[in-house]
Amino acid sequence: MTEQSNGGPTGDAPTNDGQQFDRLPATADDREVEGRATREEVLDWWDQRFAIRPETFEEYSFWEKGKGKIWILHGEVSSPIRIEALGMKFLRTRQEHWKPTTNAVQRFGREATKNVVELTREEARRFVRGEDQELDWDGDWGYLVATHDLAGEREPLGVGLFVHGELKSLVPKGRQRDL
Amino acid sequence: MEKLERYEPLVEEFDAFLDACQRPLPSVVRVNTIKATPERARAALDDEGVGWTGREWSDAVLELDTDNPGSTWASYHGWIHGQEEVSAIPAEVLAPEPGERVWDACAAPGSKTTQLAALMDDEGLVVANDNNLGRLSALRFNTERLGVTNTAVTNTDSRNFSLKPFDFDSFDKALVDVPCSCEGTIRKNPTTLDDWSLNHVRSVAGVQKGILTRAIQATKEGGTVVYSTCTFAPEENEAVLDYALDAEDCRLVEFDFPLDSRPGVTEFEDESYDESVRKAKRFYPHHNDTGGFFCAKLEVTG
Repeated sequence: MTEQSNGGPTGDAPTNDGQQFDRLPATADDREVEGRATREEVLDWWDQRFAIRPETFEEYSFWEKGKGKIWILHGEVSSPIRIEALGMKFLRTRQEHWKPTTNAVQRFGREATKNVVELTREEARRFVRGEDQELDWDGDWGYLVATHDLAGEREPLGVGLFVHGELKSLVPKGRQRDL
Repeated sequence: MEKLERYEPLVEEFDAFLDACQRPLPSVVRVNTIKATPERARAALDDEGVGWTGREWSDAVLELDTDNPGSTWASYHGWIHGQEEVSAIPAEVLAPEPGERVWDACAAPGSKTTQLAALMDDEGLVVANDNNLGRLSALRFNTERLGVTNTAVTNTDSRNFSLKPFDFDSFDKALVDVPCSCEGTIRKNPTTLDDWSLNHVRSVAGVQKGILTRAIQATKEGGTVVYSTCTFAPEENEAVLDYALDAEDCRLVEFDFPLDSRPGVTEFEDESYDESVRKAKRFYPHHNDTGGFFCAKLEVTG
């Protein structure tokens, strides 16, 4: 057992420690743990993919616990911190395509203006049941914010994966409903 | 029901009380203001043809005319959360403000944690602790479903809670909604009293004393601690307050709450308690058509 993950006494390169939350480094220059996403990259990703502006997350801090699992906290705590959960699971990194969580898209996806697909009520029902469906979409392939109209405004349902003319629902089992 | 007979000396209109305990509860939800305004949540329910009745004391509490509020779009989006009316009392009494540090000592499954976060506009920090790892998954599921981002979840015995992981040494406020004998939840779960015993009441009261005293210690001078249970037993209510008043630097404070209630009792069976426990409030099922509840507000004085 080493005292901490960031630089053990043996001089090994620091690695991710699945038992604790570490704050994401601000930029690549501040990165100590190999493969860890930076705050800048996270903000860029939401901006590039969904046109959600970096200012949206000004008051939030980002954390990694579990390899590639990024969490978002409104505010700050000391880093590292060994607790069970911190804010909300936000984004999955350390894989070819980064993937946002359903809860993050429900919370922040109202701001999205790019890669947003508006579903009819019937399509929305299929989506929240967890069903895949054919979709006429001529935008980018990959992760989309799926929305429908509720109480007069567009409201995000969750994350869909669009490939080969099909919208796959990524609503996790525990969040699926028959409405 | 015969297990409730011991409260006959405390409860006015005792027959009405027993009758109410045998009726099912209305289906009540709280609007999650982190994700939707009460107006928009009501509009979504209207769109779906789900009838609702408001409550005078809070525009975030709604009675629905469905037994299954989970099967609505408003619920799927985390705009509403099933929470019994009296269960919404203690967070309102604690009245946390945006930016404060608040400890929720017995947090799972998270109805009150998410309510605290909403009252704080999701700003500041709620440290949500529970000693039961299994129940923590429900807590985490609910905080994330409701879009809460200002909560840190810990898993320890609240009696020995340590602030060591954090970079501050006391909370502004604490909510102590303790495990209890749950007599007040009989309308939701008619088998609640099947395992009732005086020994259980006594043993759970010991745990409650430990959690409340730790919460007072972990809260700054001048800070607020709210103590609540969903039971009628003075052993778990006034007796626990009486113990904390002796053991820690704190005092009970008056508070208003716009539901019908009765003051805390100073005598029960062979015991008597500090006069100030009258500042606590007892909520009985027949007065507001709710579950039973007990709530006290304390100020930390040292």
